[in-house]
Amino acid sequence: MTDSKYFTTTKKGEIFELKAELNSDKKEKKKEAVKKVIASMTVGKDVSALFPDVVNCMQTDNLELKKLVYLYLMNYAKSQPDMAIMAVNTFVKDCEDPNPLIRALAVRTMGCIRVDKITEYLCEPLRKCLKDEDPYVRKTAAVCVAKLHDINAQLVEDQGFLDTLKDLISDSNPMVVANAVAALSEIAESHPNSNLLDLNPQTINKLLTALNECTEWGQIFILDCLANYTPRDDRESQSICERVTPRLSHANSAVVLSAVKVLMKFMEMLPKDLDYYGTLLKKLAPPLVTLLSAEPELQYVALRNINLIVQRRPEILKHEMKVFFVKYNDPIYVKLEKLDIMIRLASQANIAQVLAELKEYATEVDVDFVRKAVRAIGRCAIKVEQSAERCVSTLLDLIQTKVNYVVQEAIVVIKDIFRKYPNKYESVIATLCENLDSLDEPEARAAMIWIVGEYAERIDNADELLESFLEGFHDESTQVQLQLLTAIVKLFLKKPTETQELVQQVLSLATQDSDNPDLRDRGYIYWRLLSTDPVAAKEVVLAEKPLISEETDLIEPTLLEELICHIGTLASVYHKPPSAFVEGSRGVQHKRLPGSAGSGESVDSPDPASAAGVTEAPPAVIPSQGDLLGDLLNLDLTPPTATGPPPAPSSGMQLGAMDLLGGGLDSLLGGDIGGSAAMGAGFGAAPAAMPASFNAPVSGGLDDLFDLGGSVGMPMGAYSPPKTVWLPAMKAKGLEISGTFARRAGVIQMEMTLTNKAMSVMTDFAIQFNRNSFGLAPAGPLQVLTPLSPNQSIEVSLPLSTVGPVMKMEPLTNLQVAVKNNIDVFYFSCQYPISMLFVEDGKMERQVFLATWKDIPNDNESQFQIKDCHLNSDAASNKLQGSNVFTIAKRTVEGQDMLYQSTKLTNGIWVLAELRVQAGNPNYTVSLKCRAPEVSQCVFQSYEAMLKN
Amino acid sequence: MIHSLFLVNASGDIFLEKHWKSVVSRSVCDYFFEAQERATEPENVPPVIPTPHHYLISVLRHRIYFVAVIQSEVPPLFVIEFLHRVVDTFQDYFGVCTEAAIKDNVVVVYELLEEMLDNGFPLATESNILKELIKPPTILRTMVNTITGLTNVGEQLPTGQLSVVPWRRTGVKYTNNEAYFDVVEEIDAIIDKSGSTITAEIQGVIDACVKLTGMPDLTLSFMNPRLLDDVSFHPCVRFKRWEAERILSFIPPDGNFRLLSYHVSSQNLVAIPVYVKHNITFREGSSQGRFDLTLGPKQTMGKAVESVLVSSQLPRGVLNANLNPSQGTYTFDPVTKLLSWDVGKINPQKLPSLKGTMSLQAGASKPDENPTINIQFKIQQMAISGLKVNRLDMYGEKYKPFKGIKYMTKAGKFQVRT
Repeated sequence: MTDSKYFTTTKKGEIFELKAELNSDKKEKKKEAVKKVIASMTVGKDVSALFPDVVNCMQTDNLELKKLVYLYLMNYAKSQPDMAIMAVNTFVKDCEDPNPLIRALAVRTMGCIRVDKITEYLCEPLRKCLKDEDPYVRKTAAVCVAKLHDINAQLVEDQGFLDTLKDLISDSNPMVVANAVAALSEIAESHPNSNLLDLNPQTINKLLTALNECTEWGQIFILDCLANYTPRDDRESQSICERVTPRLSHANSAVVLSAVKVLMKFMEMLPKDLDYYGTLLKKLAPPLVTLLSAEPELQYVALRNINLIVQRRPEILKHEMKVFFVKYNDPIYVKLEKLDIMIRLASQANIAQVLAELKEYATEVDVDFVRKAVRAIGRCAIKVEQSAERCVSTLLDLIQTKVNYVVQEAIVVIKDIFRKYPNKYESVIATLCENLDSLDEPEARAAMIWIVGEYAERIDNADELLESFLEGFHDESTQVQLQLLTAIVKLFLKKPTETQELVQQVLSLATQDSDNPDLRDRGYIYWRLLSTDPVAAKEVVLAEKPLISEETDLIEPTLLEELICHIGTLASVYHKPPSAFVEGSRGVQHKRLPGSAGSGESVDSPDPASAAGVTEAPPAVIPSQGDLLGDLLNLDLTPPTATGPPPAPSSGMQLGAMDLLGGGLDSLLGGDIGGSAAMGAGFGAAPAAMPASFNAPVSGGLDDLFDLGGSVGMPMGAYSPPKTVWLPAMKAKGLEISGTFARRAGVIQMEMTLTNKAMSVMTDFAIQFNRNSFGLAPAGPLQVLTPLSPNQSIEVSLPLSTVGPVMKMEPLTNLQVAVKNNIDVFYFSCQYPISMLFVEDGKMERQVFLATWKDIPNDNESQFQIKDCHLNSDAASNKLQGSNVFTIAKRTVEGQDMLYQSTKLTNGIWVLAELRVQAGNPNYTVSLKCRAPEVSQCVFQSYEAMLKN
Repeated sequence: MIHSLFLVNASGDIFLEKHWKSVVSRSVCDYFFEAQERATEPENVPPVIPTPHHYLISVLRHRIYFVAVIQSEVPPLFVIEFLHRVVDTFQDYFGVCTEAAIKDNVVVVYELLEEMLDNGFPLATESNILKELIKPPTILRTMVNTITGLTNVGEQLPTGQLSVVPWRRTGVKYTNNEAYFDVVEEIDAIIDKSGSTITAEIQGVIDACVKLTGMPDLTLSFMNPRLLDDVSFHPCVRFKRWEAERILSFIPPDGNFRLLSYHVSSQNLVAIPVYVKHNITFREGSSQGRFDLTLGPKQTMGKAVESVLVSSQLPRGVLNANLNPSQGTYTFDPVTKLLSWDVGKINPQKLPSLKGTMSLQAGASKPDENPTINIQFKIQQMAISGLKVNRLDMYGEKYKPFKGIKYMTKAGKFQVRT
């Protein structure tokens, strides 16, 4: 009595027979018939002709029969849309059934019927089910929204289902929350900028609560969603980490890896000296190790991710080398990954063990694996200098085995070792030469030829060896031909007397008898060099070679950062950015690791130079093959660095650089390229690629000149800083805004230069401020009367009032601005000097000053040094008065002038100051006292700016 | 999420397909077949295969490839874990997971797959819940259903689905209340030529068979919990309690389940229960090779080493082997070159050995690879890590259950290099 009976076909007219059975009066017979239909369907037989008959069986109380009919419907509705409508009524009725199982089943099945006509009827039942009293129905309905979105996205948006779905994130039932998150994540994937999952501390808290209680799959969805959040500060980051760490002990490896992703990302924000940071590092190792004892498929995915983790934070697994040792019956894909990680973890401490293992692997059966093992020995030699000698002798042992492919691989890596440690291991050359004849792979032949050419002076019969290769010159691959040409030229430069004939022979072979333009060109260059200036030839051909890097196959840092944010995904398995390969994810947002606590400001800083300033030097990398000089220096043997795919962010940077020079290019290229994150990342990756002078926008410099010109006329006027670029053109579709603040006749003015660097006319400008510390707000509209045509600039002065809404900003004088034009709305932030807020009636009475000074607690006093200021006290006093800092009294004690000054801010805060000036000493001391000590730092900065300007 | 699933047998035929979204043509599997052809061994098929429009993620279990088709970015581990769950469920329902069993129960399989995923999102994967929704086929039930017209689909909402203990069904009743726990440890090791341990680690699990009435709340404590380096729990285990007190406290699912898996890593000293003395040599110029292998017990705490099976992949140049076992039987397959020796129990007084000669192809040079020896064994009543359960208590119910704990150690990937 098994289901296989359903497969036994009858003689003729199977469909006909089934049709009769389906229309039978007997319930039992009907059910059997539907089962037969389903069985045929599973093996790919076309039973769509039975559609009306099967749908007729739908109206039944028998749940199994209903489910079977639903199964059938889902499969064939698409091909019979008109007939499928017949089923709608039953669905609508089932959605009202008292049994929640049937309600859920109906809403689930309806979503799977991918017929446009039906989707319209679906909306009402779905809306009800999303608010159903039974959580089982709600969670099913949540998924149904995602299904519907896949069929008709517009409908879902119009019906407001997305908002309902967002509300479900706050549902009381954890499974409902998890499914809502899953559905939203799937929808968000096709709308990368929709900001559907608006994560804020409240929602995060809800997700973390649901995380503890929902199913393993729900935990994966929630963890993946959490990973997209950027915590506000290190404390929040730590508290999330604390709540996520228990997930590392979950039996489901996908939960573990998703938890690892969240922790790896949020860890970036924790200060390294924190105890918790160390604890977290320790907690990460065991679960990663445990993943490696799972089934090979799981191991493979885990290993690909561990490869990333090891590059980012080698300290996590540095003591776990042994778990990566290869078992002889591991699948080949696991073996190769383990080997790669072993080399990354190799260090002086464990190199002996690693080498012994690698030697063992080199005698295995699998050719690919053996080759990689031999190569790995070479990489160890290059990475750990102390082990180089042992590695070389291991390689020599392997060459003695005379196994053809082992010998060839060994020679390729020995060449790299020669490059890294010149003049150390050349004694082995004789052994290598013995194997000359067995080399049949181009890479190995080329390596051998390189060695012979490079050490021609020590090899007595170098000319004979090279000559032997020359016989079959035209049958060789290009790589070998180029190498042979260079090697013979080197030989000639080293032993000119005996090899003249040889060099002429190779030059003529390369230039006259070859079709390969590279080979010909190189031949001609050598020829001309040799014939015109042999000394120069020597300098070029025998020049010192750049060092080769220690780490090979390193993933480029920005890509690595992005991949760390994508741990556990396909991107992490392929080590490619998600935008590179997942179909349908148009314009994926680049994810970046959050900055660590206290390391500089946000990347939105309007001055790109400051972003470039904080980056570290990138690890030295071998010059790429494109380098002409490198090419002539015979670097065409591919160095061990197999450079990864070109990372997207760095191309973003190049465009950015172009933009700073040429302007407006990005609007041609489709606007915002990569955004500020990519920009910052680009700078981080390769600062050397962008000369420093590009960092300061060219137009900014010009503005400075104009600004200086302007301020000459009013020497005693209020201090106003030079204009800086607030909004670079590449972030605002061609609109560049630079500006400054000034106080004129008691009115604060925001002075801006708007430049149109796009190709089209800009109109309809407007401006708004976010709430800020001192309630700054535009006192009138932004006066840009004429449209701004391309490459035109306009100066605008915007009077500001201080009666706007107040919110404390960090830093205090930060101002967030939104500027709108006919193209889009742009946001930037800038800082105003606090001296703009110093009001004209800031002069305190002497008595009041004294009393206030005493009154303010000493805790509120802060002292600063102003260095290199060459004004005497009177000049300083005058200068400050121009900016509404009033000197109330002056005392002279032992040649030191003490100026007592008062200032009042627009919001009524008084700042009292004592400025000490010693004749002949360029360093001033300022003591500030204020009831609101937060402002002291800003006031001091403006003191310095005012005095030095 | 998961789009479709194809089941492929060893000869490369698709024998079942299931689509959770739109139908994906089975031609997508051609990319899988290509990879299958390229692989030297069935298990060498890469688990993730890209195709122009989809990704194929596959696992190989019971000689069946479970190939999942996905279209968008999905965590691959999520898919692999899910596929494992499918395999486990089939095994649970049909006793074995074979092509024949799946074909015999194709409708149940279809119902199960439909219940396990909705639109590619996992729906019900807990065996307790699934069994409430779809009753496993038994001969008796099939008979009864045919006679009474009942179905094997549950009519009720599975109770556990939304409770705080989704893994346990309510209203469980037994006349004999019993709870058995098996501590099973597998030792993975690589031993080098000279007999010293290169790496050794222990993977342990505690499998439980709990048949208890009502809603029992159990606690299980160890004598030496600090041994465990890394633990992965069944969702029923209260993590806070473990963190604070190193006690396993849980309301168990009904029936068989894996309570805990743990890992004792190479940082700790791992006892190696057997040793191998070997001498496998080939001489240059001779068409004969010597083979000499002796096994002996080591660090077994006095327990017997049983079910010992030695296997080794001999070099390709070996034509035949003429060996003499002191106990048990050996076979040598001249095609695959696989030597396997079924030793049985090791008697410490009379150590088992296998000696003799191997014949090589005449005139061929001596093989350059050294065969690795793979050893399987079992030791009853002992956990090699030394882990010991201290006590098991039950709260929340009045009756007294039968309790039992069994220990066993097995070889996992235990390899000796020569």
